Amino acid sequence: MDSVSGVPQPALSVKPFRDPVHMEKTTTQPTEQSIRLEIADLNFFYGPKQAVFGLNLKIPTHKVTALIGPSGCGKSTFLRTLNRMNETIRNTRVEGKVLLDGQEIHQMDVVGLRRRVGMVFQRPNPFPKSIYENVAYGLRVNGFKGRLDELVEKSLRRAALWEEVKDVLKRSAFALSGGQQQRLCIARALAVDPEVLLLDEPCSALDPVTTAKIEELMFQLKDSCTMAIVTHNMQQAARASDFTAFMLDGKLIEHSVTSKLFTTPTDPRTEAYITGRFG
Amino acid sequence: MERHFEHDLDELKQRLLWMGSLAERAVHQAVHAVLDAEEHLSETVLAEEDAINEMQIEIDERVQRLLALNQPMAADLRLLLAVSRINGDLERIGDQAVNIAQSAMRILRHPQVKPYVDLPRMSELAEAMVRDSLNALVRGDQDLAQSVLRRDDQVDKLRDQLFRELLTYMMEDSAQVFAAFELILVAKNLERIGDHATNIAEDVIYFVAGRDVRHPALDRR
Repeated sequence: MDSVSGVPQPALSVKPFRDPVHMEKTTTQPTEQSIRLEIADLNFFYGPKQAVFGLNLKIPTHKVTALIGPSGCGKSTFLRTLNRMNETIRNTRVEGKVLLDGQEIHQMDVVGLRRRVGMVFQRPNPFPKSIYENVAYGLRVNGFKGRLDELVEKSLRRAALWEEVKDVLKRSAFALSGGQQQRLCIARALAVDPEVLLLDEPCSALDPVTTAKIEELMFQLKDSCTMAIVTHNMQQAARASDFTAFMLDGKLIEHSVTSKLFTTPTDPRTEAYITGRFG
Repeated sequence: MERHFEHDLDELKQRLLWMGSLAERAVHQAVHAVLDAEEHLSETVLAEEDAINEMQIEIDERVQRLLALNQPMAADLRLLLAVSRINGDLERIGDQAVNIAQSAMRILRHPQVKPYVDLPRMSELAEAMVRDSLNALVRGDQDLAQSVLRRDDQVDKLRDQLFRELLTYMMEDSAQVFAAFELILVAKNLERIGDHATNIAEDVIYFVAGRDVRHPALDRR
């Protein structure tokens, strides 16, 4: 019996304290097993002019990867290579590999690829049709035979737009505000259930409140979608992405966890760009 | 073209340096109130404490404004975080100086316990640590900040030495207990000032190199 001067002492608890909110430590690079898109030695040319130089990048599954860099650095061009959207531009050429779940995208059927890798553009571009038809269109084109109403509702809910439009589905998409139109375009892209969503400056024409809605939406979509976003707004990249890639003159300069890149970047060019001391 | 933001950051550093010099002067005067038996120096320290406290609030407000209006990134963000933490350390150094000044007033009511040998050395070391940590911030000098970290052990050793020595004086003559005890408190406060200078140096390394060197035993994978 443990005792001091004959009085029994209660046993001291030796249980270690457990952190009630266990936070996983983040690595600074995406891990091997979770890569959705792998880009290797990518070069892209507009005629004789090279716009992307030997780019290597891994885009992890169910994460948001932001692409930042000054105007003309090739980030939108690079984004468009991920679903072969650049092929719609004449006299362009691409070299290197883009693997989607290990499959080379240049050997895939392009319609099938774009169903798996959706895209949302800078300016909302709804079709001159009703709200309902905008979402249903992609499904019809892809030969969807199921219950269309259900899927339109599901897509509008995923794009956080359903509550605002559920009573006016037959109204023209152009009657919606800019932010609503952009979310409609996201709903349209989501309708075919893509694995990857590419966003090319999706908030540049939107006000701060609507921008916050889109960013929140991106956060919620991470459960089902991998996203790559081009943005000029560094605060947006910092808020909304898990990984950030900095591009300059068509080259990838630095790629790491967003919190690391914006607090302790490795390359002095990244530092100069994100602190506004560029050039 | 120098940007407005950079000008504001420079001004913030200047204000922090001014606060640092107020805190350093307060420590110097408080210790010399004991060493030179100059009670008026203690009174000066007490009278000037408000200036340091006002600087703490001013610097906090500047940091808040720069964070809110500029959303800084990378080295700019690290500088503002470092300044915000250093600001707290400098204010605490001001408080330690006040503690020493108050001890000085009590010590001077008694005959001197012993010749002061280690106390001035300790004071010089601690003051130099504060000065060098701030110089390291202004110059972005990591090596100087590292040298401050290395000096902390010397201050700790002097404190232990003083403590042992004063304890023997107290045991030999109970009439000296009061003054000797106050001298131990002075040594304790100087040791704490060394700790605050160490904190400042760690913040400087974070600002300059983006490395967190606090608590080196922790696993930061």
